[in-house]
Amino acid sequence: MSATTSTATGAAIVGVAESDLGVTNLSILTLQTQAITRALADAGLTLADVDGIATTGVSRFSATQVADHLGLEPRWTDSTFAGGSAYEMMVARATQAIESGQASTVVISFASNQRSAASRRLGGVTEDHTPEAQLETPYDPLFPLSYYAMAAQQYLHRFGGTHEQLAEIAVAAREWALLNPAAYRYRAGSLTAADVTSSRLVSSPLTVADCCLVTDGGGAVVLTSLERARDLAKPAVRVLGYGERTTNTSMTAVRDLTSTGAVGSGADAFARAGVTPSDVDVLEVYDSFTITAALSIEALGFCGRGEVLDFIAGGRIRPGGSLPLDTAGGGLSYCHPGQYGVLLLVEAVRQVRGEAGARQVPDAEIAVAHGTGGILSTHATVVLGADR
Amino acid sequence: MTDQPQHLPDVPAADDLTAPWWDATREHRLTVQRCDGCAAVQHPPRAVCLACGTLGGLSQVDVSGAGEVDSFTVVHRGPRPDLATPYTIARVRLAEGPILLTRIHPHQEVAIDDPVEVAWWDLPDGRALPVFRPLNRTNTTP
Ligand SMILES: [Zn+2]
Repeated sequence: MSATTSTATGAAIVGVAESDLGVTNLSILTLQTQAITRALADAGLTLADVDGIATTGVSRFSATQVADHLGLEPRWTDSTFAGGSAYEMMVARATQAIESGQASTVVISFASNQRSAASRRLGGVTEDHTPEAQLETPYDPLFPLSYYAMAAQQYLHRFGGTHEQLAEIAVAAREWALLNPAAYRYRAGSLTAADVTSSRLVSSPLTVADCCLVTDGGGAVVLTSLERARDLAKPAVRVLGYGERTTNTSMTAVRDLTSTGAVGSGADAFARAGVTPSDVDVLEVYDSFTITAALSIEALGFCGRGEVLDFIAGGRIRPGGSLPLDTAGGGLSYCHPGQYGVLLLVEAVRQVRGEAGARQVPDAEIAVAHGTGGILSTHATVVLGADR
Repeated sequence: MTDQPQHLPDVPAADDLTAPWWDATREHRLTVQRCDGCAAVQHPPRAVCLACGTLGGLSQVDVSGAGEVDSFTVVHRGPRPDLATPYTIARVRLAEGPILLTRIHPHQEVAIDDPVEVAWWDLPDGRALPVFRPLNRTNTTP
């Protein structure tokens, strides 16, 4: 399907890359450096071209830290801290910076060594001065898992679905991972819905197989103006639209656990891009848990309210299906370094460029990357399109 | 006081916003914040009424302690080693409107929309943590 050009932005993604993935025994800054320099090389650019840096997850002063480490003095930085959705938000910020002339070449990056460093904690990290530390953490919910589990429980109760149906998200992700040599579960073989539901319960109804991997990894994407993008090494992938919503930090603020901020972020992004969900060839949504992806697909408008479990059945989201989902294998079977959002963008760009090898979706022209952060707290949607 | 768990959590000190709420728990009174101006109730306590925007006339008022399970999850692998599993985390919709995160205690299976009522875990510093126990179990978990 062809991209409309009237409403699209004036920015494009020109370079993408992953850092080393899996179990690396490397520092965060080494992984960041890998991702950034590889993404620049992909674009035919070098560090000297970079005048904008957007990153988080390094330290309290993430963009400053990365700039220092790479010997840069950027004109523009962004360290928006919004969990896994931050990178989709950064595409919007970077696009605006490029359109306004504040920066010409922006790198968005993330990396984590959480697997090697064993830094992931089931209860999450809370700050003692927040209301949640007094009013929610004392009950020992798993963070963020227990919130997603309560959303799943509510969804299955209200709309009458089963955990087996929900497990299709993990089953399909595995099928995609079997096509991606970089995936953590590349050689793990197929997964069945029964495998998912019979795995060890962690926070009911969700089992360990409903949960994303815990791996090292990272990625980077490089943006510049569309005009300049057309002179660079790879085909430009246009930023057609973006939207975001921020809804809650507490587990009690949102009254309806089954309807997320993706309703608004998606509507804004599609309107700006001048496309609808039916125009989308590839969908990359954050799958921290099976329920995360399911709620996002529905909220973004790919199916009606209460319909997502029927919608994803029958192979629709698997390789060869009509809505290819999380084509690298997702956080569930490819890589999950804690904030997966940047890798959604990397895969979306590769699909639109036609570089995805065995998992390539034929003639992919419009891809959506949708990040979710925290406990369904932050939601950001980016619509990307081929420059045709 | 209801079969207190063996290992109570460490709860950070109250601050200006939460002190009135915690003070009431010392007497096993569950409260929500109410706006004198527009009668809206909210929880957690804030420096502003989210309904009308006023900064004044916000105070904690007692609630009935009755509510319903909005959703729940049974945790099988605790975040702290000293924690006995499984246990049930729930969102409870108070009859007065606000939603609390809490525990179902003692641990038992519940269903969405089950009626529950407040019970208390007494903390060593004199405050108490509200938990909820099921009433008239419907036993209709699908
Ligand atoms: Zn008011």
